[in-house]
Amino acid sequence: MRERALSLRIIKDMGFRVMIISFSFITILPLLLILFYIIRNGIAVINWQFLISLPKPVGELGGGISNALVGTLILIAIACLISIPLGICTGIYLYEHREGRISYLVRLCVEILQGVPSIVIGIIAYAWVVVSMGTFSALSGGVALGIMMLPVIVRATEETLKLIPDTLKEASLSLGVPYYRTILKVILPAGASGIVTGILLSVARIAGETAPLLFTAFGSPFMDVNIFKPINALPLLIFNYATSPYPEWHTLAWGASLVLVVFVLTLNFTAKLVTKKWKVQF
Amino acid sequence: MESPILTTEEFSAYFGEQCVLKNINLSVVQKKTTAIMGPSGCGKTTLIRCINRMHELVPDARVKGNIFLYDKNLYSMNPIIVRRKIGMVFQKPNPFPTMSIYDNVIAGYSLNGIKIGKVEKDRIVEESLKMAALWDEVKGHLQRKGTFLSGGQQQRLCIARALAMNPEILLLDEPTSALDPKATAHIEELISELKKVVTIIIVTHNIAQAARISDFTAFIYLGELIEYGTTEKMFTVPKDKRTEEYLTGKFG
Repeated sequence: MRERALSLRIIKDMGFRVMIISFSFITILPLLLILFYIIRNGIAVINWQFLISLPKPVGELGGGISNALVGTLILIAIACLISIPLGICTGIYLYEHREGRISYLVRLCVEILQGVPSIVIGIIAYAWVVVSMGTFSALSGGVALGIMMLPVIVRATEETLKLIPDTLKEASLSLGVPYYRTILKVILPAGASGIVTGILLSVARIAGETAPLLFTAFGSPFMDVNIFKPINALPLLIFNYATSPYPEWHTLAWGASLVLVVFVLTLNFTAKLVTKKWKVQF
Repeated sequence: MESPILTTEEFSAYFGEQCVLKNINLSVVQKKTTAIMGPSGCGKTTLIRCINRMHELVPDARVKGNIFLYDKNLYSMNPIIVRRKIGMVFQKPNPFPTMSIYDNVIAGYSLNGIKIGKVEKDRIVEESLKMAALWDEVKGHLQRKGTFLSGGQQQRLCIARALAMNPEILLLDEPTSALDPKATAHIEELISELKKVVTIIIVTHNIAQAARISDFTAFIYLGELIEYGTTEKMFTVPKDKRTEEYLTGKFG
């Protein structure tokens, strides 16, 4: 009787193992399939010309994504300029004030902001920037993306700084170092890897955002680096090309998707590398 | 008694409503080692954290009474100045993890934005490390991270860091409680050497340690200063019954 119970347990044990292994495999399957399809369809159009030339009108062969690449980089730069200082400062504030009404409120707002759908953030940026300036612009797209990055950076900063032992702050303060220098020169460097990782991941998150750009950056067939004018971006280009009725544009959309995916994956791997290389041992 | 360097006057400290130190009157003698001992939670750490004004960093913390460094009231000075004059070493070694050994020692200057020349820096680093009896062990690899050192070495690095600022007083908050016996012996030896150049106040819950290294001992119990005097006297003929009971291990 005992032995039977035991063998039943061993069978259950085996069953459980098989289950978790196969489920984790199912989890990574979609990613592998996505990569497979994008590479299979996109690799053919990728070449140097594709990266450095402008989109061409329908009917003409060739054409590239240079303006969308530059546009995406400009949008990311604007978003970073807005969200990094704001996000890090807010994160420091939350780390310094773990309790209290204001920090509770700030933390709540950050959480809610993280849950706001990207299309809504696009509308906000439209209402604030596009309407008041009277034109679609790279700036408005950058603002929308910046708002999307903000909560991620705030959380990353707060969570990273929380892991730094208080004794480190005391060590600095006990040397007579003023508070602001303690934060800037001791606490932030000790948390640099986590904060930079957070920034990279947030960039990876917004690089492919389409919805907030539809009525802010708007898209453009020209190479334009003026941030007060409409600008093209990779996700916009993919959206426009993929929904067009022309098969050659579909191919270009696949190519652009591949570029975008590679960009995002690179950011993710860099983030992992930063975490590993800059790790601070306390 | 010889000239006091530090005097507390009717000094009390609070966390919110809770009073952790009651009317402490203490005068610390220059260039001697004063040990503050007492059972856990008696307020001895709070006392030395009040001396370099670290206590007030805790929300809700407040103090009453005065502490004088010579004749200057510490509580009417800027805490930043106070902390530069009164160095502190903590229970757990806490070198700056992003900095090399060299940068750790000079941190008091670099973090404060005090500009000094390379030669001067080298001199301060070498002197401080020598005073902390760490120079011979680390002189070959000053550019390595401070966190690669052993616990005892890290603690001596922290002492060197505090000494580099040329403080009037060095506060040690149970500096050996996280160390093994050998490292502890090393630090104790160092303290006996250091009192030639700096006044030391050390918190310890180790009675034997207080007896070994201090010239004066203060016994604090439940936030009150029960007895204060030369270590020799206190350990041979304690005046208060509670001191005697603590020393003989009846409580604590």
